[in-house]
Amino acid sequence: MASQEVLREEPSRASLINNPTVRGILYQCLVVALLVAGVWWIVHNTIVNLTNLHIASGFTFLRGRAGFDISDTAIAYTSDSTYGRAIIVGLINTLIVAFAGIITATIIGFIVGIGRLSKNWLIQKICTVYVEVFRNIPPLLVIFFWYSGVLAVLPAPRDSVHLPFGSFLNQRGFYFPRAVWGDGSWLILVGLLVGIAMAWFVARKAHLRQMATGQQFPVFWTSLALIVGLPLLAYVLSGFPLTFDLPKQSTFNLTGGFVVKPEFLSLYLALSFYTAAFIAEIVRAGIRGVARGQSEASAALGLRSGQALRLVVVPQAMRIVIPPLASQYLNLTKNSSLAIAIGYPDLTATTGTVLNQTGQAVECVVIMMVIYLAISVLTSLLMNWFNAKMALVER
Amino acid sequence: MKNIAIGILTAAALGLMASAASATTLDTVKAKGFIQCGVSTGLAGFSAPDDKGDWQGIDADFCRAVAAAVFGDGTKVKFTPLSAKERFTALQSGEVDILSRNTTWTINRDTALGLNFIGVTYYDGQGFMINAKKLPGVNSALQLSGAAVCVQSGTTTELNLADYFKANKMEYNPVVFEKLEEVNAAYDAGRCDVYTTDQSGLYGIRLTLASPADHVVLPEIISKEPLGPAVRQGDDQWYHIVKWTYFALLQAEELGITKANVDEMKNSASPEIKRVLGQEADTKIGTDLGVSNDWVVNIVKAVGNYGELFERNVGSGSPLKIARGINALWTKGGLQYAPPIR
Repeated sequence: MASQEVLREEPSRASLINNPTVRGILYQCLVVALLVAGVWWIVHNTIVNLTNLHIASGFTFLRGRAGFDISDTAIAYTSDSTYGRAIIVGLINTLIVAFAGIITATIIGFIVGIGRLSKNWLIQKICTVYVEVFRNIPPLLVIFFWYSGVLAVLPAPRDSVHLPFGSFLNQRGFYFPRAVWGDGSWLILVGLLVGIAMAWFVARKAHLRQMATGQQFPVFWTSLALIVGLPLLAYVLSGFPLTFDLPKQSTFNLTGGFVVKPEFLSLYLALSFYTAAFIAEIVRAGIRGVARGQSEASAALGLRSGQALRLVVVPQAMRIVIPPLASQYLNLTKNSSLAIAIGYPDLTATTGTVLNQTGQAVECVVIMMVIYLAISVLTSLLMNWFNAKMALVER
Repeated sequence: MKNIAIGILTAAALGLMASAASATTLDTVKAKGFIQCGVSTGLAGFSAPDDKGDWQGIDADFCRAVAAAVFGDGTKVKFTPLSAKERFTALQSGEVDILSRNTTWTINRDTALGLNFIGVTYYDGQGFMINAKKLPGVNSALQLSGAAVCVQSGTTTELNLADYFKANKMEYNPVVFEKLEEVNAAYDAGRCDVYTTDQSGLYGIRLTLASPADHVVLPEIISKEPLGPAVRQGDDQWYHIVKWTYFALLQAEELGITKANVDEMKNSASPEIKRVLGQEADTKIGTDLGVSNDWVVNIVKAVGNYGELFERNVGSGSPLKIARGINALWTKGGLQYAPPIR
C-alpha cells in the first residue's frame, strides 16, 4: 500500500514542473506580465518625457474651441464648435465615404467578376483589363487620377456643363436640385413605407404559393408598382407639396441646390474602382470554386443560365466569397485615410488639423488609432455574423 | 500621411527616449557636425530650393547664420522640409534643431507646445489673392462672401480666415490641403476663387502660378503674423545662441557691417563695432554664449547682415521686390530692434 501511494504521489509532484498544462499557463502568465510591464514602461516614459519637454498633455483640449472651418459637414459644425466635434465630423465623413465606397465597390466588383467568366470575348477582355489596371496601381495614384486627371479638367463655374433635371457639373463639384419638403409631405414617406411593407408581404405570399403549387407570380413588377406608385399617389393626394431648390449662378459659383464636392467624388470613385478590382477577383474565385456539376445539374433541370447563376451558383459562391470580402471592406475603410492628399476632411485630415492646432500629437494619434480599430472590429463582427448566416446549414 | 508617421514616431520617440536628462542641443549639434534646420516645403523668398537644389530664402539663411555662429562655417546645415502640420512635432521630437519655417509666433505655441520663439525675423500679415481676370469686379476682401477659399491646414491662417469671415458676417467654402504645393495647384486649377496666406507668401506664390499677371493681392491685411524661428523649451543655452544670432544680424546692419566690409571693420576705431566683432581685448561675449568670440564676423561673412539678407531674398535683389516697410530697422521707422551686444 505504502509503495503504491508513493508511486501515485511521485508523478503528480513531478508533473507540477513538467506538466505541459501548468507550464503552458506559467509561460502565458510570464508573457502577459512582460507585455504589461512593457506597455507600462512606454506609457510612463511618455508621460515623463512630455512633462520634461513642457508639452501639455491630457484629453481636456477636446473641449476647446476649434476655430477652423470644415468644408464637408454632415452634422452642425462651425468654427465655434469644439475640437472633439471636429473629430466627430471627420469620423462621420470617413464613415460616409467608406459606406458609399463599399456599396459601389461590391456592385462593380460583382459585375466585373462575373464578366470575367463571360463567354463573350469582348466583355471578358474588358473586365480582365479593368482588373489588371486597377489592381496594379497604388490607390493614391487612382485618387490623383480622378482628382487631377478627370475632375480638375472640368469647366470653371461660369461655363458649367448643364445636365438634365437642372443639374450642373463643374470643377467645384456636381450640383443637383435639392428637394424641399413642404407641408403634408409626410404622406409621401408613409406611402413609401406602406409600399415597401406591402411589396415584402406580396413577395412572401408569392414564395409560399410557388412552394405549394409551383405557380409563379410577377413579384418584381408588382413590388415596383407598389413602391413607386403609392408614394406618387400620396404626392398627388397631398397637393404636390414637393418643390426643388435649383442651383443658380452667382458671383463666385453656383449657389443653392445640393452639391457633391470633387474631393468626395474623387475619393469615393477611386476607392470604389480600386477595391472593385480585388472584389472582382474574389467573386471570380468564388464562382470557380462551385463545382461545375452544379451548373450542369441546373441546366439539366431546365433552369436558364441566368437563373442557374442566381439560384444555384451565386448562393454557393457567396460562402467562399464573404470572408475575403470582409478584409477588402476593411482595406477600403483604411484606405479612405488617403483623403488627406486631396483635402477631403476625413478622420485623418481633421484629426491631423486638430493635432497641429493644439500640438497634442500623442493624444490625437491615439484617438485616430482607437477609432480606426473600432471601425475595423465592428466591420469584422458584422461580416462574421453575415458569414455565419450564409454558411451551409447542415441538417 | 507623413504627419501621421511623424506623430507616431514622436509618440514612439517620446515613449522610448531615455528619461534621464539628455545632452544639450549645442553638444549634440557639435557632435554630429551640422545643424538640422526645419524649413518649408518650398516658399519663395523664405525657404525654397533653387535650380541647383540649394535652399534659398530668409529662413534658410537664418539657419546658415546659426551654423556660422556655432561652427564658423555657414554651410554646416542640413534642411528638412516640413509641412505646416509636421513642423511642431518635428521640433518637439528632436528631428530638427531649429524650426525656421515662416511660422507665426503665438502664445499657445510658446506655452502648450513646448516651443520658444526667439524673435521676429519677418513681420507679416495675412492677405487674400484672387484672379482678377476671372473676377473683374472684386477689389476688396469684403466682397468675397460666397467664395471658395484655398488655405493650408493647421495654420494660424486657417483660424484667422474663419474669424474674419465670421466677424464680417460672410460665408465661404474652405478648400483645405495639407501641403503648400497642393494648395497652389488647386488655386491655379481654379478649384477655389481666393488664396489666403501671409501676404509675403502670396507675392511669392504668385510668381509660381501659370500666369502671374492675372492675379492681384487684395489690400486688406486681416491679421498680425510675426514670423520667426523657434527652438525647443528647456535648453536655455541653445535658445540664447539662436536668439543672439538674430540680434547679431540686426546689430550688424545697424552698425553698417556688411559681408563686403566685415574684415576692414575689425580694425574700426569705434569701440562698439570692435566689441561686436569680438576684437575687444580679453572679450568673453562669444565664449559666454557658448560659441567663439568672432561669431558675429562668421555670421556676417556667411550671410551678410539682416538688411543684406532681406534684400537678397525678398527685397529689391529678388523677384518678390517686397519693400522693407515695418521690417526696417527701428532707426529707419521699422520694428526691427536688437538689444545691445555688450
